Amino acid sequence: MIDTLIQGLLLGGLYALFALGLSLMFGVMRLTNTAQGDFIVLSAFAAIAIAPLVAMQPVAVAALLLPLAFGFGYALQRWVLNGTLGRDPLPSLVVTFGLSIVIQNMLLEVFSADPRSLDSGGFNTRSIGIGDGLAVGALPLAIFGVALLCTLALQSLFDHTKVGRAFRAVSDDREIAELMGLDAHKVYALATALAFIVIALAGSLQAMRTTVAPSDGPLLLLFAFEAVIIGGMGSFWGTFAGAMVLGLAQQIGFRLDPGWGIWFGHLVFLAVLVVRPQGLFPRTRT
Amino acid sequence: MSVTLVETHGLTAHYGDAQALFGIDFRLEAGEVVAIIGANGAGKSTFLKALTGLVRCARDAVRFRGQPVGSVAPGSIVRMGLAMVPEGRRLFPSLSVEENLLMGAFARRPGPWHLQRLFKLFPILEEKRCSPATSLSGGQQQMVAIGRALMGNPEVLLCDELSLGLAPIVIKEIYEAMPAFTSEGMSLVIVEQDVSVAQRVSQRMMCFQEGRVSLEGASNALTREQIGRAYFGV
Amino acid sequence: MTAALVVRGTRTSQIALWIGVALVAIGASMPWWAESSWMREFVEIACYFVFAMMWNLLAGYGGMVSIGQQAFFGLGGYAMLMLGNLASVNPFVAIPVAACITAIVALPMSWLAFRLQGGYFAIGTWVIAEVFRLSFANLSIVGGGSGTSLTALRGIERATRESLTFWIALACVVAAIAGVYVFLRSKLGLALLAIRDNEVAAESQGIDVKRIKLAVYVTAAFGAGLAGALYFVGNLRISPDAAFSVNWTAFAIFMVVIGGIGRIEGPIVGALTFWALNKFFSDYGSWYLMGLGLLAIGVTICFKQGLWGWLQQRHGWSLFPTTRRLEDRGGAR
Repeated sequence: MIDTLIQGLLLGGLYALFALGLSLMFGVMRLTNTAQGDFIVLSAFAAIAIAPLVAMQPVAVAALLLPLAFGFGYALQRWVLNGTLGRDPLPSLVVTFGLSIVIQNMLLEVFSADPRSLDSGGFNTRSIGIGDGLAVGALPLAIFGVALLCTLALQSLFDHTKVGRAFRAVSDDREIAELMGLDAHKVYALATALAFIVIALAGSLQAMRTTVAPSDGPLLLLFAFEAVIIGGMGSFWGTFAGAMVLGLAQQIGFRLDPGWGIWFGHLVFLAVLVVRPQGLFPRTRT
Repeated sequence: MSVTLVETHGLTAHYGDAQALFGIDFRLEAGEVVAIIGANGAGKSTFLKALTGLVRCARDAVRFRGQPVGSVAPGSIVRMGLAMVPEGRRLFPSLSVEENLLMGAFARRPGPWHLQRLFKLFPILEEKRCSPATSLSGGQQQMVAIGRALMGNPEVLLCDELSLGLAPIVIKEIYEAMPAFTSEGMSLVIVEQDVSVAQRVSQRMMCFQEGRVSLEGASNALTREQIGRAYFGV
Repeated sequence: MTAALVVRGTRTSQIALWIGVALVAIGASMPWWAESSWMREFVEIACYFVFAMMWNLLAGYGGMVSIGQQAFFGLGGYAMLMLGNLASVNPFVAIPVAACITAIVALPMSWLAFRLQGGYFAIGTWVIAEVFRLSFANLSIVGGGSGTSLTALRGIERATRESLTFWIALACVVAAIAGVYVFLRSKLGLALLAIRDNEVAAESQGIDVKRIKLAVYVTAAFGAGLAGALYFVGNLRISPDAAFSVNWTAFAIFMVVIGGIGRIEGPIVGALTFWALNKFFSDYGSWYLMGLGLLAIGVTICFKQGLWGWLQQRHGWSLFPTTRRLEDRGGAR
């Protein structure tokens, strides 16, 4: 029982990493990135491709991948996605959906459909004992830690820095924010760039934890989305909490029957939607 | 010698599909306070928005210190020294009072205005500095909006309908604060519904009527009848 | 005194109407002279088209962008199959019945989906489709995850089966076009356009926005279910992955975006474009799909109104006029 609980929370950590980028992009510019999952898979494959070049050193992989992700996200928003923003949600949905298809098929061509994983040098099999005969995997614990750090970092950024104020202001009232001297296009690009750092982390860790295949994207998107909705919009801690709930739900379902894990997660999501559509921990805006 | 800060020549602009301004000639010298009055829909707000780049117009139609700025990005205009207190306040709901004020200083223009000075001018803001900006009363929100614009240390301040929705005593309080910023040479363009207030605080007045200037003159020289005729286009 | 008249038709649209009638007549005669592969291809593209038409109605006119319409497509297919295999209903009769069942299921689904807005509504509908897929994959009486065949059609001769399927497909296409066209020209359609332009203003005019959106959602579900039932009558085999694949919506989006969202002619132009591209390039597999994706992205960014919409703006063409123009008819005499 306790074991299921812990596994669920640790899985939630991974889902939080999937969801934070989605939450960030929606929070700042009301953009729903339907290619979120595919970008996670893309960065996983990027990490897999980079790793052999730097003798599998994780720090080196991160040092190369994270700035690359930042730049890619910035460019994507600045030159592709900014043009789709507006009152109508359709253009951004079609473009991100189109990107999803392009990425999946591109990965299929370059890497073939075989699942791959990132060699973590045995880290993924290590476990840590936490008293009373219980053991947790070192990697899931590390993932949880990274998720916690990212959530803390993003929330602090939003609440206490000039950049965070800019993010909140531009999402409140873009026109007046521009009147203060802000360049909305650049602010949006920065937000997406940050989202892509989290995406790159999520992708690399996912590839270490398990295998990734080009068609995995959509399922990861659904997990990210469910975490955001369950948690409620308006704060990153809410998204983190939603991810915890989703992870727990899936683990409990998995315990009941191995084929039910994901389905149980969907059910909990639908239940939250019915009973409390604003999410469990929404931060209301006046 | 007085410097012409803002001037427009034959400014035309549209509000959506409809034409809102039909050739406005305007001039603002340094240190002046000009009031613009007119009925609803006369084009006053559209005019201010055209000055700040929120409404598109011909590039040469507006000049700031001689530079053509028509349809320049609003962000650039702020950096040049123009700031606006928008109609309806339009504070950022996700930000506290202090954060709203700090947003005004986003462009980091040098000048005498900073948080402490604003708090001296409007003490209630210091008391409520951490409250969400939209939880304040109408008059207090107007102070935040003004303060936010002042934090940009502008040379020209545009005020769009400061008195809208406010009680007379609050309006009085707000306009009493005005000398605090004009005394240092800041120029003001105020759009006002209340004609007597407009006449009292300004040196020069313009009346807009259906997108055109129907009357212009020194505030203390214009008579009630003149204003009334110009206001209603009689 | 000049009189202004509210005019709807255009010269082009009247010519197009006659061409359309001729095409349908020719089409109806096809089982007697055309090859069976042509008819099968038509059935397939008809399903894509009807599905796209319904997606267009939902998103372009109803303002609800959904990535989960495949839920109703698959549900229609499975309902038809279950009626045919388990209840011994003639599958051809089962097609409209399955569509009705789908429409009924759409009612509680709407209650869930409408709790979300905009982009999150879109993904939410996808989650619902996934729940359907997983549920049917666990249902052993319809073959579970690997699916099953439509045994109820075993006794019918192949030529008859193909002709009947073709005629039903043709009827569905005509019904979809005619139905949407009539709907949009009606008072209800006008209300829908008003909602699309400005929901709050429409509501203040007394339009019951919620009820109309529900009507559109259920109608789109009906159409999707119809397309699904028809598809699997033609395909003879169903599986959860094929029935509830998000590719259905992807192709619908592609067709509508290329053709132009919110216009009736859009999905027609899009379906024809899609069919042509499919014919020549589908052998290229992933490259073909990549190309489709890039094309959709490009058109969305550059031609916001789709290809047809762009042409319409440039030349004022309109085959299915649903807008009303004020025409100055000169002096009244």
